[in-house]
Order: sequence, then structure tokens, then C-alpha cells
Amino acid sequence: MARYPKPAEGSWTEHYPELGTGPLSSEDSISPEFYELEREAIFKRAWLNVGRVEELPRKGSFFTKELVAAGTSVIIVRDMKGEIRAFHNICRHRGNKLVWKDFPGEETRGSCRQFVCKYHMWSYDLDGALNTVPQEEEFFDLDKAIMGLLPVHCDVWAGFIFVNVATEPSQTLTEYLGPMVLALSDYPFHEQSDRYAFRATVGSNWKLFMDAFQEFYHAPYLHGGQTPTKFTNMIRQFGFEAPFYKLEGPHRVVSTGGVRGEDQPEDMIKPIERKLRSGLFGPWDHADLSIENEQDIAGVNPSGANPWGLDSYQVWPNFVILIWAGGWYLTYHYWPTSANSHVFESSLYFVPPKNASERLAQELALVSFKEYGLQDANTLEATQKMLETRVMSEYVLNDQEVLCRHLHKEVANAVEEYKKETQGAIV
Amino acid sequence: MGTDSALLPSAFSDLEPYAQAWCLPTENQRFAKRMSSSMDEMESFYNAAFPRLEEAKAYLDELDVHDLPGDAENLMHMMFSLIIVSFPIELWRQPAVPDAGAAEIVCWLEAPL
Ligand code: FES
Ligand SMILES: [Fe+2]
Repeated sequence: MARYPKPAEGSWTEHYPELGTGPLSSEDSISPEFYELEREAIFKRAWLNVGRVEELPRKGSFFTKELVAAGTSVIIVRDMKGEIRAFHNICRHRGNKLVWKDFPGEETRGSCRQFVCKYHMWSYDLDGALNTVPQEEEFFDLDKAIMGLLPVHCDVWAGFIFVNVATEPSQTLTEYLGPMVLALSDYPFHEQSDRYAFRATVGSNWKLFMDAFQEFYHAPYLHGGQTPTKFTNMIRQFGFEAPFYKLEGPHRVVSTGGVRGEDQPEDMIKPIERKLRSGLFGPWDHADLSIENEQDIAGVNPSGANPWGLDSYQVWPNFVILIWAGGWYLTYHYWPTSANSHVFESSLYFVPPKNASERLAQELALVSFKEYGLQDANTLEATQKMLETRVMSEYVLNDQEVLCRHLHKEVANAVEEYKKETQGAIV
Repeated sequence: MGTDSALLPSAFSDLEPYAQAWCLPTENQRFAKRMSSSMDEMESFYNAAFPRLEEAKAYLDELDVHDLPGDAENLMHMMFSLIIVSFPIELWRQPAVPDAGAAEIVCWLEAPL
């Protein structure tokens, strides 16, 4: 018996008939050729979130981002006018990587007045203009005016900085995000300015990790050891159901019901959680946000669940915004580095604590997050290894895994589209 | 206890024997310490510190969390360590989360206290 009503078609999956209900091929998670197509068809065309405006607090603040799948490294900077800009991280002289520290392959951040190449000391203003060239007179016909840094399309929504490495993006950022994601525009992300950031190198295809965090079917089972036996047995008996799934274009969202910590009997909850009034879902006491009730924002708790748990927005292609009912949020990024590896990043954002009790509650939430994440990450490597045997070529998905189905369909569509276009170009 | 070499506020001098080992300022250090500790060591720390958690919260809540004096900051870091050892003590009976042998997630940025 379903606890929550499903769409009239009988399931979330059938509500979107283009998804089908059949098995999916695992080839898109293991094929190096397919990964190369994904890079062209998806990562070199999409708007990619690279961070938040709070990471660039002052004029001259910058950070670099390695976009391996999009085939470049970018510099994101707040220029002297306060505008946020993005450039390919390459010097116009002989192509040295412009901004890096000690290790050319590692990302860096800081603050500066100009960018200076380590090789021959060409210097660039923060708006990209080429400034000085040592021994300039030795060059031939050097027109400094056209030798500025190569710009990358860059735009900001709700404090999130996006870049697009396409020569001419087919959509503006607003068109790209669409009404479903834009419905979060008024959420007070900027008030949750205490950031905790995690990074992991994971030996699996990027989509497998996205899948692990876009279905909660696995939670009672894989994470059963994270809760007292009595609680685990209870949730295993009921299984997991979400009250709300929605797909819009390439983006998707799942919203869940929640549990109130204080409603849980003594033996269903860990002693530390009871003492600190916190856990995986975050602090039990709602953070102080400037708005009365964030659920008045259209994109927040879209199904009106009570109690509400979280909304997990999967923004195409590799970016997740997860809003918790307690007034905090986290982001995930999955940066592919090959067919069977990616860099996983997560940032947790809280309102700065007013006192030690609030800070301790946040600490328990973020430590819990990491312990769950470790189980997820480890499992993915196990999945990847076995998919690569090709002993099994297809897998099945249930209705609570509808978002996984949508991701793989959207990836396939994008690759098909790209193939058609490029074949067309050759003919 | 309560001498000049004390790391913790004098009201928490009973926890002083654990201070050297567990007053660790970063998540990286606390996680590494948990992974390299025996269950007996963590059990002993947990049994001493958990009953004092309520008082530690009350003591720290009287202070400005963004400007803690050194001994209070140590106490805060010790309570962070208590959180990280609570996982093996309260559930797993082993330092590492089950089924996560090969995985590593690094916390590279923490909001300053
Ligand atoms: S490559 Fe940058 S100055 Fe020569
Ligand atoms: Fe999980």
C-alpha cells in the first residue's frame, strides 16, 4: 500500500511516458567512448555551477576550477568594478596555465590585483585585459588590445556562479534553469554563510554517484547501521517512499517527508542526537532565517509535506541543491574525470551559530553527513567494478528510482542530439 | 589539576586526562584520531565526556561562540571529538563506518569558530 498518493497514471514513472519502464543499459556508465561523447554533448555545452558569490568576497578575490570534462581550467574573479567574470586559465603568450600554486593540476583561490604568468611575467588586469609584456619591443606586430584573457560565459543566479564554455550557449542561464529551478530564487541561500566543504575522488562513473543521491530507496538498507536497530527494523519494514517527484526539461526534484526528532522514542534515536538535538537531517531547532516561513517560497516543500524533510534539486548536468527543512542546505557536484572516475564535492551551509549549542548541533549534522557519504562512495566503486565485467548488461529501476531513469535518459538524449548534429555537419 | 598547564576550564578538570589526545581543532585531526584509536580508548573517553556534555554546553553557551577563550575553545574541540567518537561507541563497535573501507572524504574547509 502506497503511503503517499501517486499520479493518476499509477506511478511517477508512467506519469512521464517518455521514460518508459523497461531496463536500462549500463553501457553509459562504463564505456570510455560514451564518456568522450558526454564531454562534447553535455559538459562543453551546459551551464556548470562552479561556486557561490560568497567565495569572492572582495574586488580581486578569485578561484580556479578544473573542468576536466569540459576540457579546460577556468579562473573566476571579482574584478575591480565588482563584476564576476570567468576566463580560460591560459596565458596568451605560449599557453602556460596562468593561475596555479605549486601544483599545476590543483585548484587554488586567493586575492590579487592582477594575474601574472609565472613563465615570462605577462600580466593581465582582472577584467582580462593584457597589461604588461616584458621586452615588448622584441615581439612582432603584437596587438595587446586583442591579446586579453579568453573569456568564458559566466552568469549568477541566486548567488550561484555558473559558467558555460560553449562559444555561444544555446540558452541564457535563466532559460536554462527554467521555472522549476527558478522557483527557488527567493530562498535565503546567502544567509547560510557558514560553509563546510568536502571532496572525494571516487572510482565510479559520475552518474552512479548522482543516482545514489537521487533515490532514497537504498537508505534503510545501505545505511541501516547508522541508526539504532529498532529504528532500522522499522524503516526496513516500511521501506522508503517520497511524496513528490517532478521532472522539467533535464532537471528533476524529489521532495521527502521528515521526522521530528523529539517525536522519536528513546530507543529509536542515538544518545548523542538526543543530547545535541541534531542528526543527519540537521539541527532539530529551525535556523533563524529572515523570512517567516521558507515554505511560502514556491519551490520549497512543493508537495506541502508535513512534517517536511528535504527538497533535492538535481540541476542538469551535475549540480545538486538540497534544502533541508531545518533551514540549512547543501550542494553536491560530480566532476567526471574519466568513464570510471570523478571528483565528488559537497558543501554544507548553515546560518552562523548564535551560541555553542547551535554550533555543536551543526557539527553532528556534518559528521553524520560524512559517515553516510562514505558508505555511498564505497558502494559506488563496488557497483562500477561489477558493471565493467559486463556479466550483466542491463539493470531495472523501481518507481522510487524514477530520477535515476530520468538522468540516464537525458544523458542519452543529449548524446543522440549531439551525434545527429555533428553527423549532419560532416555530410 | 587546575594548574597553569590545564587545557580546560577548571570546572572540567575531570576531563583533563583526555585533553591532550582529544582537544583537536580540525575535523581532519579528529577523524584521523578516531581511526587510529582502539575501541577501549574511545570508550574510556566517551564514558568520561558524554555525562559532561550537558554542562559543557551550558558553560559554553554563556560565552561568545565566535570569540571563545583558549580553554573554552579546547572544551569545544573536545566536544567535537566526543561527537566523532559517538558513532563507533553508540553503534558500530569499530572505528570506521561499516562497509566503507576504501572510501575517503576529505573535509577541506570548516567555518571558523
Ligand atoms: S607563457 Fe605566459 S608569459 Fe610566457
Ligand atoms: Fe546514501
